[in-house]
Amino acid sequence: MKKYPTMNNPYDADRIIGAGHSHEAAPLDDAAKDFVKQSNPEFRSIAATTAKPCNHSGSCNCAEKADAPLAESHEAMVDNVVEEAVVRAIFPNDVHRREFIRRVGQGTAASIVASVFSTQSFKAWAQEPVKSGQIEKKDLSIGFIPITCATPIIMAEPMGFYQKHGLNAKVRRASGWAMVRDWGINKEVDAAHMLSPMPLSITMGAGSPAVPYLMPAIENINGQAITLANKHKGVKSAKDMKGFRFCVPFEYSMHNYLLRYFLAEEGIDPDKDVEIRVVPPPEMVANLKAGNVDGYLAPDPFNQRAVYEKCGFLFKLTKELWEGHPCCAFAISQKFATDNPNTYKALFKSIVDATYFSSDPANRKDIAKAIAPKNYLNQPEIVLEQVLTGTYVDGITGIKKDPRRIDFDPMPWNSMAKWIMSQMVRWGQIKGDVDFDAIAKQVYLEAECEDMIESLGYQKMKPSYDKFSVMGKEFDPSDPLAYAKSFPITRAQ
Amino acid sequence: MMKKLMKNVTLDKYSPYLLSLVILGVLLLIWSSLTSVPKFNPAGLSEDDLMLMEMNGDIVRDEAGGFLNNPDKLQTIPGPGRVLDTALDELKAPFAKTGTNDHGIGLLVGYTLKRFLFGFLLASVVAVFFGIIIGSSRIIFTAFNPFIQLLKPVSPLAWMPLLLYSIKDPYWTSVFVVFMASLWPTMANTAFGVSNIKKDYLRVSSMVELSWMRQFFTVILPAAAPSIFAGIRISFGSALVAVVPAEMLLGELGVGYLSWIEWNNLDIAGVIFAIIVVGVVGFILDWGLSKLASRFTYSEA
Repeated sequence: MKKYPTMNNPYDADRIIGAGHSHEAAPLDDAAKDFVKQSNPEFRSIAATTAKPCNHSGSCNCAEKADAPLAESHEAMVDNVVEEAVVRAIFPNDVHRREFIRRVGQGTAASIVASVFSTQSFKAWAQEPVKSGQIEKKDLSIGFIPITCATPIIMAEPMGFYQKHGLNAKVRRASGWAMVRDWGINKEVDAAHMLSPMPLSITMGAGSPAVPYLMPAIENINGQAITLANKHKGVKSAKDMKGFRFCVPFEYSMHNYLLRYFLAEEGIDPDKDVEIRVVPPPEMVANLKAGNVDGYLAPDPFNQRAVYEKCGFLFKLTKELWEGHPCCAFAISQKFATDNPNTYKALFKSIVDATYFSSDPANRKDIAKAIAPKNYLNQPEIVLEQVLTGTYVDGITGIKKDPRRIDFDPMPWNSMAKWIMSQMVRWGQIKGDVDFDAIAKQVYLEAECEDMIESLGYQKMKPSYDKFSVMGKEFDPSDPLAYAKSFPITRAQ
Repeated sequence: MMKKLMKNVTLDKYSPYLLSLVILGVLLLIWSSLTSVPKFNPAGLSEDDLMLMEMNGDIVRDEAGGFLNNPDKLQTIPGPGRVLDTALDELKAPFAKTGTNDHGIGLLVGYTLKRFLFGFLLASVVAVFFGIIIGSSRIIFTAFNPFIQLLKPVSPLAWMPLLLYSIKDPYWTSVFVVFMASLWPTMANTAFGVSNIKKDYLRVSSMVELSWMRQFFTVILPAAAPSIFAGIRISFGSALVAVVPAEMLLGELGVGYLSWIEWNNLDIAGVIFAIIVVGVVGFILDWGLSKLASRFTYSEA
């Protein structure tokens, strides 16, 4: 623990700080509880990872610094001022601060504050380049499903983004989402391509054992479609879809939530009026061909593949339902990130870098070429090119152009997580008593991704994402439960 | 010389094989005639239609600027020529490793064989051991029989989720799926064989005062060998059936995985090739096993 000069030690229970402060304070017990809750590593992983490697500048509170000459230097003085401000912010009422510190002890209080409000910010940590000697684990295995959503994760191997950031990462193809989930939980792979709702559901233990997962970055936005069999070319809206049999790739997927949302908006109950099955995407095309299913909401290339196989047409792109919706994501277990902070940082950097590269329309053709081979997607290049360049045959009207048909933006906005959880509640996958805010913050690393984007010299693609609409209805992230209950068709109680 | 050969070898001996060849030829002919695709004819199609078809990969331009069917796109179920092309392509570099997910066919067969033999041999040893214990006493046999009968018909793949959950390793899970597939038939047959050894054999062996060990190796094992091998043959078949879907479900590299990724690409020629590979590998293994079996078994006569 750091030594404080007696005069300005904010952890001194006998010293009075912030005299004259007139904020209203929460009662001690609540404040203390929140305090402990927030400082629990389960809730703030990045803070934990930043606090761990001990080569920081003056503000670090780790044991190694204990013998360093202190406080006399100007830097340390400034740090103390910052820390005092932090402590004051936590305990607006000084009596509570002193009582709390008396109860838990100075050292504990200081380390708790360090873990929550590490004055060594994530930003500085992100800025600092990773030296190859620091990387704990160079050879990584990253699981993926062969779809265009995973483009940045996949192309980062052949196009050298992992290498650029000092990693020797190999991508490993899985045949289904449950397989990727089990690989992740069983540590078969170090990180994985997942559907953006999966890190949330895995963290909450919905449909699997609960394992704290992090989602540092989204992969793609948009890029999905509702594909219908050619015999349904006359279908105009969801109302014509009563009795249809649909496929989605996974229960905890944007595909499932968007299809259900789309149907329910027009009064079709997705559990009663249609049948929704979970089918691995490749089998969807074959099933559509065989006339076994009427349509699906699936990731590409399997929408475009249906057109290529002349068995289906693109009824609607999901960007027409929610422009900019998240789909797939880069996910990593909290344990791996905490145990290997530098590997994690290098991996995070590679992914964000690759995502920005993928976002540029000028690179899309090359990417299609890079990920088409058998080792990756194993798909005809012409199909991938149509998906990625956005000049495509839709199978019903002709050739269409939409360069943002699929797009790539790494920002894991917390509002997205809350929308996803609201739909989990809406369809009865989880109960409504979840702490939306805490889980969104714990899993979707919004601030960290922002810093990472900056550290790479990029600009955020959207300044903020607090409000958005899905099919014209605005979502208010401050109350996801009320939102889930507000629909005429809902299972939320 | 030739005449002498012809004299010694009667046509009779070879005629079934000739017939096999004829059947193969006829099948190939039917297959290729059913799957032939007519040449692309642009008559009656507008410029826009052609553009759309080109964009969708149905047709490609030839050197002269005219249009051809896209040779890379399957219009129907692939014909024998197409499958042969795929096979030759795969066999060109059988031991190449192009990245983590694309290994040559020779390596894939190797992975599958290793997994298969590992699970199968382990199961055979365990099954024969317990089968003999169970079969050696009427009481134990009757006590254990209901369990064996209950577990025998369970599909080995039904064990997969439980195994994966408890072992937490896809490679070992796939080995144990094979293990489960080949355990019960061998065990049941061994127990049956041991319990049905002619009492005379045992009486004679105890009369000449053979030690327990000698009795076991010189009397019990040989006497039960035919039914043990019958069990192993059944196990062998069911293990071979289990190994392919286990690889598909677990994403473990092997022949089953090959057929899954070809299916993922809707490359039916590749799927047919994978089927042929599984067939050939199974045939060779079965042939080896029957050779082995004929060495260890005897006939009553």
